[in-house]
Amino acid sequence: MAVSKHYPNRLGILGWLLGGRWGIERYMYTLHRVTGLGILFYFLLHIFVTSARAFGPEAWATAMAAVHHPIFKFGEFLVFAAFAIHAANGIRLVAIELGWAVGKAEEPIYPYRTSLNIQRPLLIAMMILAAIVIFFGGLDFLSLAQAADLPH
Amino acid sequence: MRETKYWTWHIAAGAVILILLALHMVIMHLDNILGLLNPSGGDAIAWANVLARSRMVFFVVVYVLLLGAALYHGLYGLRTILFELGPKPPLQKMINVVFWIGGIGLFALGTGAAIAAKML
Repeated sequence: MAVSKHYPNRLGILGWLLGGRWGIERYMYTLHRVTGLGILFYFLLHIFVTSARAFGPEAWATAMAAVHHPIFKFGEFLVFAAFAIHAANGIRLVAIELGWAVGKAEEPIYPYRTSLNIQRPLLIAMMILAAIVIFFGGLDFLSLAQAADLPH
Repeated sequence: MRETKYWTWHIAAGAVILILLALHMVIMHLDNILGLLNPSGGDAIAWANVLARSRMVFFVVVYVLLLGAALYHGLYGLRTILFELGPKPPLQKMINVVFWIGGIGLFALGTGAAIAAKML
């Protein structure tokens, strides 16, 4: 990670949304960070909650009862959705990072082709994949809520 | 060069997470549809299923690998966000130390729980 000494980050976090008018990929950058932070926050709590299994069934039941409220179930679904988006977009980012989704250098002959010819369809495909995963995960959460007689 | 190495590990950890977390999500959050690796049937978080998975060496290895990869990937990502805000070098150093200590502590906690649950 390069650290700039000459151009301070004046906008800070606000730059995630207010950096200017950009293509959708710029907003995917913001979404990638927001979903990543959400997953990280959940994951750190998840380590503590699931460690209760080491202390036997009573401790596990207590830990699960503490996160049984519908608001936690909805939060879990949001984390699931965040994972689907973060993972699908992460595949796209790695494909670009490794040069697979950049395309070969070629002579500029009209009509010009850019790396966006590859990257934009890749982005759309990845988000469709994420939407499919979220849809089936949502079905599972709904059936879970019905089984537990939770409001949904 | 060191930052390039950290970045490469971040991508590698992401690839590991993609596979192992996808497995975890399929088992835990598509269980009502697929019902995979829940030998007692029903809810994936039912104690009988949790105990059965915890006793399998495969899952202990998966949990520990996923724990390490996710901690590294997540904490490195948060470190990148914080460093972009331009903290002074002493604060950068403190962030590094806190994240290393916190990460290793959480890894020890999660690994200890996975091994203890295997012994139940």
